[in-house]
Amino acid sequence: MSDDEIILSELSDEELVQQMHDDLYDGLKEEIEEATHILLDRGWTPYDVLTKALVEGMRIVGIDFRDGILFVPEVLLSANAMKAGMTILRPLLVETGAPKLGKMVIGTVKGDIHDIGKNLVGMMMEGAGFDVVDLGINNPVENYLDALEREKPDILGMSALLTTTMPYMKVVIDTLKEKGIRDDYIVMVGGAPLNEEFGKAIGADAYCRDAAVAVETAKEFIRRKHNQLAAG
Amino acid sequence: MNNPLQDLLAKKGVLLADGATGTSLFAMGLEAGEAPELWNESHPERIDTLHQDFVDAGADIILTNSFGGTRHRLKLHHAEDRVFALNKRAAEIARSVADRAPRRVIVAGSVGPTGELLIPLGALSYEDAVAAFREQIEGLKAGGAEIAWIETMSAADEIRAAAEAAVAVGLPFVYTASFDTAGRTMMGLSPRDLPDVAGAMGDGPLAVGANCGVGASDILASLLDITEAAPNATIVVKGNCGIPEFRGAEIHYSGTPPLMADYARLARDAGAKIIGGCCGTSCGHLAAMRAALDEHTPGPRPTIETIVERIGPLRNKTASEAGGETGRERRRRKT
Repeated sequence: MSDDEIILSELSDEELVQQMHDDLYDGLKEEIEEATHILLDRGWTPYDVLTKALVEGMRIVGIDFRDGILFVPEVLLSANAMKAGMTILRPLLVETGAPKLGKMVIGTVKGDIHDIGKNLVGMMMEGAGFDVVDLGINNPVENYLDALEREKPDILGMSALLTTTMPYMKVVIDTLKEKGIRDDYIVMVGGAPLNEEFGKAIGADAYCRDAAVAVETAKEFIRRKHNQLAAG
Repeated sequence: MNNPLQDLLAKKGVLLADGATGTSLFAMGLEAGEAPELWNESHPERIDTLHQDFVDAGADIILTNSFGGTRHRLKLHHAEDRVFALNKRAAEIARSVADRAPRRVIVAGSVGPTGELLIPLGALSYEDAVAAFREQIEGLKAGGAEIAWIETMSAADEIRAAAEAAVAVGLPFVYTASFDTAGRTMMGLSPRDLPDVAGAMGDGPLAVGANCGVGASDILASLLDITEAAPNATIVVKGNCGIPEFRGAEIHYSGTPPLMADYARLARDAGAKIIGGCCGTSCGHLAAMRAALDEHTPGPRPTIETIVERIGPLRNKTASEAGGETGRERRRRKT
């Protein structure tokens, strides 16, 4: 805490980026918007603002979330602040043809209305530089199939909070297998009652215990995929 | 105030609550994604069997099949206009089982989370949350529930909303939270802070505690924190039957009846007065817990080490290990 009001525009680039990390941590949306504009005005590329300020800031938030220092309420505020910055950057990123990490389709399975964890994963994935297509809640297998066809993502993410809905993930994965498209996607699953063993048993590529782990896992899988392509 | 728990506790010293509803209904044919609450109307005989099996296994308290019975949850199944009827029916089924039991069995009306985040994090106002819980609890009361049993909660404001609804309807309440994230609830509520969340609403809760969460070991660690923070309160623990595993097309929980019996003994020694099971706890497990409690010779308050040794490793950090508010050092903060 400081008694002095910080004037963002008076900070050096380095200090401002540090301040953005702090402001993301504290979930200060307006400050993030202001700082994003300042960096762009100073001639930063949208991609640099994204990676050095927002993605790095959210990485720090992710670590403290993973370690049980931050919880859902704080991370939601951080993610909202990040989203505000992303809203400014998104059109500019498209214009400048900035590189993309990958694309994810994500949704909560049929019978389940819980979307808090799923939203967090979506926001953290966006914060890490992924394109995210959110199918919302209560998705029957058809919704996933349509979205995979339409969006051609790298990753399919499924979420369930209830023991009564988690088995539906297997229905989706089995359907992908039947159609012979299972291996076209990295399938990640998550939700409170799930665990590693469950993820394996239903044939997912990974179980992710929280949004921070989801981001790390997604990055790792995308890296491996690129290596495979390079080797093949 | 009318306190059915206290009357029975005075007689028995410790009460056995029931086991799992959702996972037990799976075993009876519930499909993934189907709403258990709709079975109160479509398959009441199966719900009756579920309760009867738990009563036969020795349960002193049975929870109605109404966990997802608020309009926010039922709207997914286009049943949001049948909240009162479905909850009333849920309570009636449990009531009839309790009334024909050869001993006193308490009917507690299960009230689960709405699945929505309250303002400012989400879109649901506190007043709307109270109204949604009130609608559900009115149905439960009309069907013969004696207690509003608010469970698997994560957010303090949602607990308060449900408690306020119970007070307004005129039912005593119990609340339990799911400590599944680094020893706290997903919203960051610690076991230690739980008793104060709605401790002063109406005449106060009849009991507070933990349910669901991660495994049986983790919930016992949460229990130690709660009983330490509120040594005089009536504490509930309703833990999962180990960890879910997927075999074939079904979920099985790793806990065996002997393990759950030992969990019940440790829960008793850790200060819980009401002990039951959550996900995966079948009537076989519950019968083992009944026998364990009936034959129990009180032991010393267990330590985390004892719990790990007897029940298995913790899956998560405990609340005291996790950092909590003492997070990262910050350079400065805009004021």
